Amino acid sequence: MSGHESSYTPTNAFTKWLDARLPLVRFAQDTAINFPTPKNLNYWYTFGGILAVCLVIQIVTGIILSMHYEASVDGAFASVERIMRDVPYGWLLRYIHANGASMFFLAVYIHMFRGLYYGSYKAPREVLWILGCVIYLLMMATAFLGYMLPWGQMSYHGANVITSLFGAIPLIGESLQTWILGGPSIGNQTLQRFFSLHYLLPFMIAGAVILHVWALHVPGNNNPTGVEVQDVAKDTVPFHPYYTVKDAFAIVIFLIMFAVFVFYAPNVLGHADNYIEANPLVTPAHIVPEWYLLPFYAILRAITFDLGPIPAKLLGVIFMFAAIAVLFLLPWLDTSKVKSMRYRPVAKQFFFGFVAVCLLLGWCGAANPDDAVIPALQGDPKLVVSYTADGQEATSEYKGGGEAYVDAKRFMESLPADANPSLSAVPAPTFLFRHFSLILTFCYFGFFVLLFFLGLTEKPKDLPESIHKSVLKRHKASASAVAAE
Amino acid sequence: MKAFRILTAGLAGLMIAASAHAAGGAAHPHEPEGGWPFEGVTGQFDQASLQRGYQVYQEVCSSCHSMKLLSYRNLGDPGGPFYDPEYPNPNDNPFVKAIAAQNEILSPTPNETGDYDFRPATPADKFRSPYPNDNAARAANGGAVPPDLSVIFKARHDGASYVYSLLSGYPDEEAFSERVVSEATDDAPAETQTIIDVSKLHFGHGDEAEHYEGYLVQNVGQYYNPYMPGDTIPQFEGDPRHAPPGGFLAMPPQLLPGRVEYTDGTEATVEQMAYDVAQFLAWAGEPKQTNRKSLGLAVMVYLGILAILLWFSYKRIWRNVEH
Repeated sequence: MSGHESSYTPTNAFTKWLDARLPLVRFAQDTAINFPTPKNLNYWYTFGGILAVCLVIQIVTGIILSMHYEASVDGAFASVERIMRDVPYGWLLRYIHANGASMFFLAVYIHMFRGLYYGSYKAPREVLWILGCVIYLLMMATAFLGYMLPWGQMSYHGANVITSLFGAIPLIGESLQTWILGGPSIGNQTLQRFFSLHYLLPFMIAGAVILHVWALHVPGNNNPTGVEVQDVAKDTVPFHPYYTVKDAFAIVIFLIMFAVFVFYAPNVLGHADNYIEANPLVTPAHIVPEWYLLPFYAILRAITFDLGPIPAKLLGVIFMFAAIAVLFLLPWLDTSKVKSMRYRPVAKQFFFGFVAVCLLLGWCGAANPDDAVIPALQGDPKLVVSYTADGQEATSEYKGGGEAYVDAKRFMESLPADANPSLSAVPAPTFLFRHFSLILTFCYFGFFVLLFFLGLTEKPKDLPESIHKSVLKRHKASASAVAAE
Repeated sequence: MKAFRILTAGLAGLMIAASAHAAGGAAHPHEPEGGWPFEGVTGQFDQASLQRGYQVYQEVCSSCHSMKLLSYRNLGDPGGPFYDPEYPNPNDNPFVKAIAAQNEILSPTPNETGDYDFRPATPADKFRSPYPNDNAARAANGGAVPPDLSVIFKARHDGASYVYSLLSGYPDEEAFSERVVSEATDDAPAETQTIIDVSKLHFGHGDEAEHYEGYLVQNVGQYYNPYMPGDTIPQFEGDPRHAPPGGFLAMPPQLLPGRVEYTDGTEATVEQMAYDVAQFLAWAGEPKQTNRKSLGLAVMVYLGILAILLWFSYKRIWRNVEH
């Protein structure tokens, strides 16, 4: 499974016997103990280990929760609360599982941005990156399915919004939607299949993770310099104990943050409406997905115009899926031969811009698209009197402060009795979240286009000769800085 | 570059904050003076207040609002209103038994002859629901189903303060007046409307205090409350740009002074009753929340020590490696 020479020698009769039949110990030794790992990996590289821990936590807590959960529209909501009340430490299991999903995504986003920054998707690691994107896609599907299970208002109406996206696909959309839901609308059958798939997908993630680790161990780790390992003795250290201890430290720090959410703010990342049992007849005022899906939700809602024969809804769906699909193409979109952005001064600036765009998209996803981005810059709303004059609809507008209201009122009183006037406030035009999302959507895709052209024109800084030399140089620089003080 | 990174970190924080947004259109719920005793890392419920809160629920709320997720035994659970250390099993707690027995329920299981009969509840039974189903509840309440209160604490943003503010936040008597819409004729009596002078509303707190001008028309069976999420513009006679926050709900003000007579002699003011019942609902919504926070403290200490040990292990293992 690993690209390096095996350094395992069986010592006793049993291990020799076993090694000739199933080299399990050799395998473990080569992949998890002796695996040569670049010695200059920083803490951003610990998120792989953190993610493995997240997956195990989710699977273990999930399996126990499923022993108590009841997948039926009549019992799901109450069974989740029963877990919180009557199952010993059920509240702990459920809060770990619910917040664990958020922590999993937080870690995966950091892991992905790290890969982006250090060029970990470039040859020879394209397959590694694509497998990572597959895992991410499976994670989103699993999270979406799992969010349905508590059968709260957001579960139900969120699932309604997302499944209706499939209905936007031309020709087959409606049949596809019915097939996914198992009927014309969300019902018991939908909840049961979502539960079944929510149990299945994590094991598919686990399978993809095995492939991901395999694909990592063939070329070996990338590192912050982006320069490949040249001399195993000088450039690398064995994975154990060097990286097991470093990862363990980072994992515990991560778990401390995780525990802060679980024990002190377990519901802060969720939505209060999800503690109201699902009711198809009452739609929440503001349907929002969980925070980790917000950027894609913003892209979906940013497209409000038809493009030729493509209706706005379908176009939004296309853009949303394209936002994920573009990640799969990244290894070929980035034309630069230099991996690490440390040595790409221009691309580095755009990288941080891209991170900001993703976060701002998340902000837009949480906001109401028709709200002002900066309310302070929005002018006073104007008053509009609508009435009928000679059988025609007519309006009259008033701008300004309190006197506008007095004028509007006087005008309404002056109208004849059959005019049927009504007064409403129309917000002043301003820069809305809808507009902002659209700009950010173009920035999002623009980044990938830019990477293509930037790689052809950008003049990178000088690369270090080797990992070993870059480490020595850095140490010399800091040592001389200390001496100068 | 540094500035860009700080900006990015700031945006991350903003995004997290924005995802947990407040409901629009209603006045911000405020907590009682002195805050809630159960908040904070070491917070605990005030048991006397929980007992009074249960009394308010039982005597006032329970005639319309169910609490389907609670059983009477929960009242005697550790941390609960009637917990008695002498009875670790709440089913044996005589006080809890007596409370349960005050409620007559339709037995969920058949008797020996196969009929479902009415009997006094036992601690193992769920709280008695006032209506057999939602349709009955809707029919009895002018089309609105009174929400189940089991998890209302978690189902509203800032739940305890919301309940407290809503129950004690109805407009004062002085803001109301009656207005004649059509004079009495031979065929029909005079038609009147209830209107609220919004300039007499008091719900602002500090910076939030804003003055409003105009009248709110209250339809029959609808009651204005500034903390209820909704829209007041359609009912507002005044500048629609300055309509007061809040909305209308089908529940009239319930906690009038002296509505309950507390068994412990506490004076039953509106604020006191709202405070007690809000605390009771906060407990009912998540009875294990104080356990959660105390376990959290132990977990933090454990993880903290582990982190320190791992840090020194890391330093020691890497001491001879330039990296």
